[in-house]
Amino acid sequence: MFLASELPAGTGVGFKPEHFRDIVAARQPLVFFEVHAENYMGAGGPPHAQLGKLCEDYALSLHGVGLSIGSMGPLDREHLARLRALCERYRPESFSEHLAWSSHGEVYYNDLLPLPYTEETLARVAGHIDEVQTELGRRMLLENPSTYVRFAESTIPEVEFLREVSGRTGCGLLLDVNNVFVQAKNHGTDALGYLENFPLDRVGEIHLGGHDEQTDDAGAPLLIDAHGTRVADPVWALYQQVIRRTGPVATLIEWDNDVPDWPTLRAEAEAAQAILERASRASAA
Amino acid sequence: MFGPIQNTFALALLDPQRPVPGALVSHTASPPAKRFAVYRNNVVVGLVNALAKRFPAVQRIVGEEFFAAMARVFVIENPPRSPVLMFYGDDFLDFIASFEPAAELPYLADVARLEAARTRAYHAAEAKPLDPAILQSLDKAALGEIRIVPHPSAEIVRSKFPIVTIWAMNAGEIELAPIEDWSGEDALVVRPALEVEVRALPAGGAAFLSALFAGAPLAAAAGTALGESADFDLAANLAGLIGAGAVTKVFLANLQKDEMP
Repeated sequence: MFLASELPAGTGVGFKPEHFRDIVAARQPLVFFEVHAENYMGAGGPPHAQLGKLCEDYALSLHGVGLSIGSMGPLDREHLARLRALCERYRPESFSEHLAWSSHGEVYYNDLLPLPYTEETLARVAGHIDEVQTELGRRMLLENPSTYVRFAESTIPEVEFLREVSGRTGCGLLLDVNNVFVQAKNHGTDALGYLENFPLDRVGEIHLGGHDEQTDDAGAPLLIDAHGTRVADPVWALYQQVIRRTGPVATLIEWDNDVPDWPTLRAEAEAAQAILERASRASAA
Repeated sequence: MFGPIQNTFALALLDPQRPVPGALVSHTASPPAKRFAVYRNNVVVGLVNALAKRFPAVQRIVGEEFFAAMARVFVIENPPRSPVLMFYGDDFLDFIASFEPAAELPYLADVARLEAARTRAYHAAEAKPLDPAILQSLDKAALGEIRIVPHPSAEIVRSKFPIVTIWAMNAGEIELAPIEDWSGEDALVVRPALEVEVRALPAGGAAFLSALFAGAPLAAAAGTALGESADFDLAANLAGLIGAGAVTKVFLANLQKDEMP
């Protein structure tokens, strides 16, 4: 029997230590915090003291960035053991990771790197997710990526790939709406079409974050998933459309770089909360 | 087959001489050089930033631009072996010591050594420091045979340079000013509660603590310290050690650790 990944259907933010004092000074209008698992893999110290305190009042989403599920090589068993220890220590409501790779051979590259979508990689990713879920004794959520390049060998559309991974492993999905927008712009595809096909019934959490805009070799827009600004207006619009279809879903504001003051970050979460509340009134009506 | 492509992709991330992997495409331009450059940049800048976060005083001393250039060389030669980046750069100090452009700052590697010890202390396991009152209750006749259990966060950093003062000035602990007494300083780094503390040790102190931390009994550790410095003051050093919270237990050599008070 696997534990489910079940966050309460409200809003949360990615926790940054610089906000700790502001957060604990008052009850915040949030239901959960999310942390990057790798930042809590020391034995003790202030990170654990702060996380322990947050867990007294809020649900926790443990979000991994270093498991490298998209590697063709084996998963790092030591890292998986560290994740299991963290899950046992904090009993998070959710554990999630990315459809990406970040390690190869001995080296950790500290970035979410892309993979082609083929029968070969599908089998590999599904196998890795089975291994993670067995080790952690819980279902995980898998996040859709933002990418800057594609692979000539890809044969399966990304949404179908995610649907199939979820179907084979029973894992849920983490829908990053900013990534959907970035992905569509970067590859000249249609974000609405992507969301229309997305298996929304599998979604256990939504991510919203900001992106930067650059240009590629041809001068075409190239959006960077930078998490250093407010959520862009077209991403809010996509989010509203998703929520109209799903009803309230746990929603996270990610702001990892150029971190703003607490009131600014909280205001972003409140904007998401307002959308969730409208959806909940609509479904009650 | 993605395996060989993944390998080519990975190797090209840290080696700008390698071409953009041929398996990559985009709907606009081919090869997608600027697109692949985003990954190269993310990897290197992300790791440089991880080092800057761990070595802020080193960065302050050399400036952001010099630090980034130095860290970039290190990152490419010594990428991390683990996704737990809080401990990335344990060998950055050896790199700094042999980094030619930083040769004018011979103390830089030791400041890095101190900062590396501070991060380890920050993330070390919790343990309750020994109550200083316990010293009064010990049998004076047996004092010389007493051994200690160091706090999990405690480390000694020795230097020929005034690293505690240099670090404190560049960590915003004290005002920047010319250093009048340019002599070596040894540091005790310890986190008895939530704050990491850095203390400059008195004469012979580092030899004394290093011996104690390695398991030597008190009398032998004091002997080692006296051999290094005739000014070594046992009572003051012992009180300083316990007062700093760097000891969690004391025990007599013939007893097991778990029989201790």
